[in-house]
Amino acid sequence: MAMSPKDRIKIQRQSMPERDADVRNADFKEVNIGFSLDLAQTESVRCLQCKDAKCTCGCPVGIPIPEFLERIADNDLKGAAEILLGANALPGITGRVCPQEEQCEQFCVRAKSKNGEPVAIGHLERFVADWARENMDIRQICAPATGRKVAVVGSGPAGLTCAGELAKCGHDVTIFEALHTVGGVLTYGIPEFRLPNKIIEAEVDRLRQMGVKIVCNVVVGRTFTVDELLTDEGFDAMFIANGAGLPVFMNIPGENLKGVYSANEYLTRTNLMRAYEFPEAETPIIKGDRIAVIGGGNVAMDSVRTAKRLGAKVATLVYRRSREEMPARKEEVHHAEQEGIEFQMLTAPLRILGDENRWVRGLECQRMELGEPDDSGRRRPVPIEGSKFVIDCDVVIEAIGTRANPLLTATTPDLKLNKWGYILVDETGATSKPGVYAGGDITRGSATVILAMGDGKRAAASIHAFLTANAECAVAR
Amino acid sequence: MFRILDARRLASDVKWFRIKAPLAARNRQPGQFVILRLEEGGERIPLTMAAADRESGTIELIVKAIGATTKHLCELEAGDDIADIMGPLGKPTEIHACEHAVLVGGGVGTAVIYPLAPALREAGCFVTAITGGRTHDLVVLEAELRSVCDDVCVTTDDGSYGFKGNVADRLEELLSNATKPVGVVYAAGPVPMMRAVCDRTRPHKIRTIVSLNPIMVDGTGMCGGCRITVGGQQVFACVDGPEFDGHEVDFDELADRLTAYRTQERTALERFEREHGHACASTRLTTA
Repeated sequence: MAMSPKDRIKIQRQSMPERDADVRNADFKEVNIGFSLDLAQTESVRCLQCKDAKCTCGCPVGIPIPEFLERIADNDLKGAAEILLGANALPGITGRVCPQEEQCEQFCVRAKSKNGEPVAIGHLERFVADWARENMDIRQICAPATGRKVAVVGSGPAGLTCAGELAKCGHDVTIFEALHTVGGVLTYGIPEFRLPNKIIEAEVDRLRQMGVKIVCNVVVGRTFTVDELLTDEGFDAMFIANGAGLPVFMNIPGENLKGVYSANEYLTRTNLMRAYEFPEAETPIIKGDRIAVIGGGNVAMDSVRTAKRLGAKVATLVYRRSREEMPARKEEVHHAEQEGIEFQMLTAPLRILGDENRWVRGLECQRMELGEPDDSGRRRPVPIEGSKFVIDCDVVIEAIGTRANPLLTATTPDLKLNKWGYILVDETGATSKPGVYAGGDITRGSATVILAMGDGKRAAASIHAFLTANAECAVAR
Repeated sequence: MFRILDARRLASDVKWFRIKAPLAARNRQPGQFVILRLEEGGERIPLTMAAADRESGTIELIVKAIGATTKHLCELEAGDDIADIMGPLGKPTEIHACEHAVLVGGGVGTAVIYPLAPALREAGCFVTAITGGRTHDLVVLEAELRSVCDDVCVTTDDGSYGFKGNVADRLEELLSNATKPVGVVYAAGPVPMMRAVCDRTRPHKIRTIVSLNPIMVDGTGMCGGCRITVGGQQVFACVDGPEFDGHEVDFDELADRLTAYRTQERTALERFEREHGHACASTRLTTA
């Protein structure tokens, strides 16, 4: 059914159906319900099928977006899924957590016109991925075994993507994961209300069906060094994607009071260890009635929305710049607002106050105003004299970033690092050590799921080329 | 799954295990620990490896039944399985070669200092161990220590066995009378005991290394829950430790942070004892 561009233009962007804010802010079930077939088809018809599709250039893994949207419009969901899965190993995950407004959707021609809104590419990606998971045999056909062994360090988005691509090429892939569960930040970091664990499990099952081996409870750098894997264990190549690492604290007074958490600890206790089911799940968490979260990124947003779900009466986000500068995805900020999160913008914490038993009782802050732009291009927050005030709270969560984890790099001296301790890689993902590639947060500092996946895909192509001169298996890009 | 090959009770609430865990065993050095999770839904707890054998792929753990997880673990026997064991974690012990090294273990902390003896003797030290408990029944590993140390002193608070008093008192006596000058002291045990040891060695300016046991979740540096203050700096016990210069440690803060989950620990323990059919005994809930 061909529709003229003029008719397509008339269709408004379809919104994602969501669970009611007052219901969902008390549980950990997914916020977004997902498009129905009707919504998906209406939305996909909005795509103008640009010949020179800029959206695809905005995608770190290069999904041929107009092609899969056209298949949805034609009611060929299997065709859409095949295109999507051909380019992106984890579409059920990226369709949920990608910052589409800064990537594919930012370049959509429909967003260029006055009051124009981009095609909801992310929502459609999720729709197709979910349909495929439930209706298709999505087992990947792999190339014949090459007999070459590749070790992947870390089972987060970069590691899973790289493992899948390499398995497709017939290589013998083993993923080493430090924790007891697969998924890295997808499991311990991103809450279930944004990314249900069953989505991750389905993706991991698919890798297992492709022959990927997964070994948990292995800390590379301690259990094995990189060199031991390459020599004693006989791996021919390696991809290091062991993730972000140590949480940064603000270095303000009171950080070691009881009731102060890094976002990493707070989210790990909740997501990985399921502290919200305590005591059935045995890991405890300090719940608190009034919670203050420091930071403005997605991790801060995940923490403050988690606090609300754990029963906080007041959950406040404290950020030293203004809303425009917040790095968090717009959808997350919007959802947080709906769920009753309070925002204290242009507010800088000075110290955490404790009671006589060293429990948190408040966060002393100072109001800020925006001055001249700083190195990041964002306007620098400047303190306003005489504006100190205290936010009453019994739990403080710091979500201000991470620094490099030294466990692997400290035992691999010939791996070149940058001045912050992150692994240096070239444009192919290669490190200074032959046969060893790296990607994700251990090379970038902290980034997004999709950038990590892009790194995994790129490194897989490079590793495949390194392992076999005549590449019979085409790994994209 | 990790199979328990051997289990033996050392005292009424202390148990020794030998467990098949080849990956944790292969690179393990004295001072390092594992993080263990008993079953799905269980919490992750750190435990120092008392020994490991690369050939047989086994590790040894000595566990005191304190909270729900350790009580549960102490009910397990040979043939039972543990869901997850990750390691080795933490930095290996710094072996300080000198004429005379003293190991001080309070209660189950003895399991932490016991594996250091062979390494210190290999480095040429005369090794004295001081171990103690509140009463005779709580003294553990005495025979094992005698087999690897040059001298062993046992203390009991109630005088039911050995020296009457605590390990710090016995250490003080040793420091004033030692014929071989003491070059280093290693201490592990409850926080007040480690603090007391440091207070006794400080006037003598003897290097004192303590093995700390703050609350941990992942054990790889990711969560920062095990942060402590050493020499005025924030450090993470899991990646920067677990052993530190005892004269620089803020013990007050460590002891306080160990009490953060006291209420929840009580809830978990009551639940465990209800489900495992025990009378709810009054039990010390944290190692602080």
